[in-house]
Amino acid sequence: MDFMVFQYPMITVQACLDGILLGILFALIAYGMALQWGVMNIINIAQGDLVILGGYIAYFMYLYGIHPAWGVIVSPIIMYFVGVGIYKLVINKVVDRDLFISILATFGISILFMQLMNFAFGADVVLANSGYGTTFLFDSAVVLPNSKIFSAFVSIVFAICLVIYMKKSKLGRAIRATAQNARAAKILGVDTEKVYAATFGLNAALCGVAGALISITFTIHPYMGLPYTIRSFMIVIVAGLGNLPGVAMSGMGLGVFEEFADYILGTEFRIGSVFLLLVLILVYRRFKLSRKREYLK
Amino acid sequence: MNKNIILYAAILIFGLAAPFIFPAFKVQLSILCVLIVLATTWNIQGGEMGYNTFGNILFYGLGMYLCASVQVGMFFPLAEWTESGGEKTFVHTPSQFFQGMAAGLVVAAVVPTIVAGLIGYAILGLRGHYFAICTLGLGVAAGEISGGIEIIGAGQGFTTPPFPNVGGLEARGEFFYFLSFGALVLTFIAVRAIYSTRFRLILNAIRDNEDKAEAMGIETMKYKIIGWMVSAFFCGLAGGIMGGLVGYIDSTDVAFDGREMGVFMVLMAILGGKGTLWGPVIGATVFHIFKEGFWTFFLGWQYVALGVLIVVIVIYFPEGIMGWLREKYPERFGEVVDEKDRKAQVELK
Repeated sequence: MDFMVFQYPMITVQACLDGILLGILFALIAYGMALQWGVMNIINIAQGDLVILGGYIAYFMYLYGIHPAWGVIVSPIIMYFVGVGIYKLVINKVVDRDLFISILATFGISILFMQLMNFAFGADVVLANSGYGTTFLFDSAVVLPNSKIFSAFVSIVFAICLVIYMKKSKLGRAIRATAQNARAAKILGVDTEKVYAATFGLNAALCGVAGALISITFTIHPYMGLPYTIRSFMIVIVAGLGNLPGVAMSGMGLGVFEEFADYILGTEFRIGSVFLLLVLILVYRRFKLSRKREYLK
Repeated sequence: MNKNIILYAAILIFGLAAPFIFPAFKVQLSILCVLIVLATTWNIQGGEMGYNTFGNILFYGLGMYLCASVQVGMFFPLAEWTESGGEKTFVHTPSQFFQGMAAGLVVAAVVPTIVAGLIGYAILGLRGHYFAICTLGLGVAAGEISGGIEIIGAGQGFTTPPFPNVGGLEARGEFFYFLSFGALVLTFIAVRAIYSTRFRLILNAIRDNEDKAEAMGIETMKYKIIGWMVSAFFCGLAGGIMGGLVGYIDSTDVAFDGREMGVFMVLMAILGGKGTLWGPVIGATVFHIFKEGFWTFFLGWQYVALGVLIVVIVIYFPEGIMGWLREKYPERFGEVVDEKDRKAQVELK
C-alpha cells in the first residue's frame, strides 16, 4: 500500500479529487469559524460538535424515511436556534473576556455535546445513505460517489449565498460593521448583542449544512467533533481572517493532504497527521515571524 | 515562619498516616496525589507564566508509556509482551518489578524533560490562544500516533506488569500510595523552592508583559523553556506512577487523555486559583472530592456533569478559591487595603 501512490498515477488523481471535494466541505466549516472569530473574537472548540449534531439531524430524517438531502435545508434551521441558544446561555458571558476563557468554556460545551449525543444517538458510526450512486472516470480507474459531488456543489451554493447575504443585507452589513469596530457600531445604533447572537446562529447553521452533507458523504460518530474544529482552525490561520478565496484554497489543500496521508501513512494515522500538521504550521509561522522579531497574534 | 513549619509537619504526618487511617481509600488518595502534582505543574505555565497549555498531557502520557516499557523491556522482549495481551507468559519476580519500576520512573521523568527542552524553543514562541491550540493539537496528535504503534500495544492497549505477589492487595496500595505521595512531596518542595527565587518573578514578568520583560534584558525564552522542563519532569513522573497504578495503558483513554486528565489539570488549577502555590493543591483536593463523591450519582452522566462544571467554573469562578479568599481577606495575603480608597473606587464604578 505504501508507495502505490507513485506506482499508479490514477490513485493520485483519485486522492486529489477526493481531497478537493472533501476540502470544500472543510472550507465551509472554516468559514463559520472565521466569521465568529472575526466578529466576536472567540475560538469555538465546539465547532466540530455542532457539525456532528447537524449530521445527526440529517441522519434522523433518513431513519424516518425522508431523503437525507433535505437535511441540508432542515438542519441549518434547527442548528440556527441551537446556536442562538448556546450564545444566550454561555457565549455572551465570554465575548469580552480573555480568549483562553472562550477556548476553555467552549471546550466544556464540546464535552457536554459529545456525551449528550452519545446518549441520544449511541456510540455507533452511522451514515445516511443517499442512494446517489457513483460516477466512474478514466475507465473506472477513478471512482467518485455522486454524494461527494453533490455535497461539494451544495457547499459552494451555500457559501456563495452567504457571501451575497453578508454583502447586501442589513444584518450582513451590521455584522461586518461590528467586526470592524464593535464600539463604533454600537454608537451608530447597531444592536451588537443581537448581531453576536445572529453571528453565532449563522455559524451553527453553516455547521448544520456541513454536518448534513458529512452524514450523507462520510460517516458520523459522537466523538468525531474535535478533528473538524482543528481542521477549521488550521484553515483559518493559514488563510487569515476575512480572506474567503484563501479559506477555499487552504480547505482544498488540507483535503488533498489528508487523502495522501491516508494513502501513504495508513488510515490509523490520518487524524494524527492532521493534528501534527497544525503543530507544524504554527511552528513554521512562528519561526518565519520571529526573524522580524514578531509573533503570531 | 514557625506557624508554617507546624502546618507542613502536620500535613506530612497526615500524608504518611493517611493510608492507615483510611485503608479503603488508598487508590483514591494516590490518584489525588497525582492530580495535585499535575495541577501544580500546570500552574507553572498557566498561572505563573500566562501560557495556557493543554499539552502537559503529552509529558504525562509519555512518562506512562516509557515507565511501563522500561519496566517490561529490561527483562522481557517488549513486542512479545504487548502481543500476549492479558494472558501473561512472563512474570516479574519482586526484585525485577521494583528494579524495573525504579529505572522506569527515572526514564519517565528524564525523557519528557528532554523532549520539553527540544520542542520548547519551537512551541513556546507562540503566544496566547495559538499556544493553547497548538499544545492541544500536540496532545491529541501524540495520542493518535501512539495508538498506531504496534510495539506499545497500538489500539488494544498495554498491560503494565502486575504487582508481584508479596503482601497482596494491601501492599500494592501502600506501595503506590507512598510512591505518589513521594512524588507529590518532591514536586511541592521543588516548586516552592523555585517560587521563592527570582525565577518566579521572571515568570510573572513574562505573564504580565513579555515584550517589556524582554526589553528589560531577561532572556524570556530560556526561562520559559526551563519552566516547561520542570513541569515535564514531574508530569512524566506522575504519568509513570499512574500507569503502574491503573495497570493498563490505552493511548487515548488513559495516557494521552486530553478529554479527562488534560482538562482536569487546567480545571483544578483554575478552581483553586491560578498563580498561587496553594491554589492548585486546594483545587485538586476539592475537585477530586467532588468528582469521587458525586460521580457515582451521575452514573453515566459524568461527562455531562464535567462539561457543565467546566463552563460554570470558567465563567463564574475564574479567580478560583484562592482568588476569592484574597478578595475577602486581603490582610491575610499581606495586602494593605485603604478603606477610603476602596470606597472611592466602588463609588466610581
